[in-house]
Amino acid sequence: MTLLITLFAAIISTVVWYKNAPKSEMQTGILCWIYWGATLMWTVDAVFEYAELGSAFFEPEPAAVLNDTLLGLAAVALGLLIWLIVLLIRDPKGNLRAALFKKKKE
Amino acid sequence: MACFTVTVVEAIATTIATKAVEKRERKLQKKENAETGASVGISAEHKIPFSRKLKWLNRMLWGGSALLAFEHLWHGEIVPYFPFLTAASNPEDAAEMLREMGTVGVSMALLVTLVWLGIVGVTALMEKKAAKEDKSETEEPVK
Repeated sequence: MTLLITLFAAIISTVVWYKNAPKSEMQTGILCWIYWGATLMWTVDAVFEYAELGSAFFEPEPAAVLNDTLLGLAAVALGLLIWLIVLLIRDPKGNLRAALFKKKKE
Repeated sequence: MACFTVTVVEAIATTIATKAVEKRERKLQKKENAETGASVGISAEHKIPFSRKLKWLNRMLWGGSALLAFEHLWHGEIVPYFPFLTAASNPEDAAEMLREMGTVGVSMALLVTLVWLGIVGVTALMEKKAAKEDKSETEEPVK
């Protein structure tokens, strides 16, 4: 489930990036790389797990599915958080600087 | 157990390499600009700098490693105190951890690198195509 959720996040972020390309004001490219990197790594993890468990890999316990789903959602949230921090630090639109500057003036 | 540490090590190495390549590219660009008098190198028009391509790999490695580290934290395999990895606390688990790093971890690093090489290959073809198209556009049409 973690792999599947991250894969969906990677696909969605890539579609969003492509829709806005070549502009990169929202730096969605970063999000794509994060999720694709994690998807590839979890794919390897899944292959090794399948090699170990065989067909049982596709019949997980409901509790394990729930835990994996929560983990997947939490991983997606962490990816978004990393992206948000990078976005605010880089501040490509200058909105944060403008807001801070305005605040200082007041 | 600690498979993500392999990708972290690769990420550190590629980040250092990116910085070095970036520095060299800036030097070369300055030299080229001084020779031609142009502000942007002609060759740069259809060429993505290698440092930018390396940054794609860095982002995949760092991003993937961060989410994987989080997974290990979630499963209690990483702890905020020494030795940080629970598997490292006893020799039996440590051996298993090293085995996993050598198999799963190395495979992860290899797959990410292979996918990146594929992306670099495709973009190289796109660069060639764009340069060719631009060249044919600027050439006089044959009468």
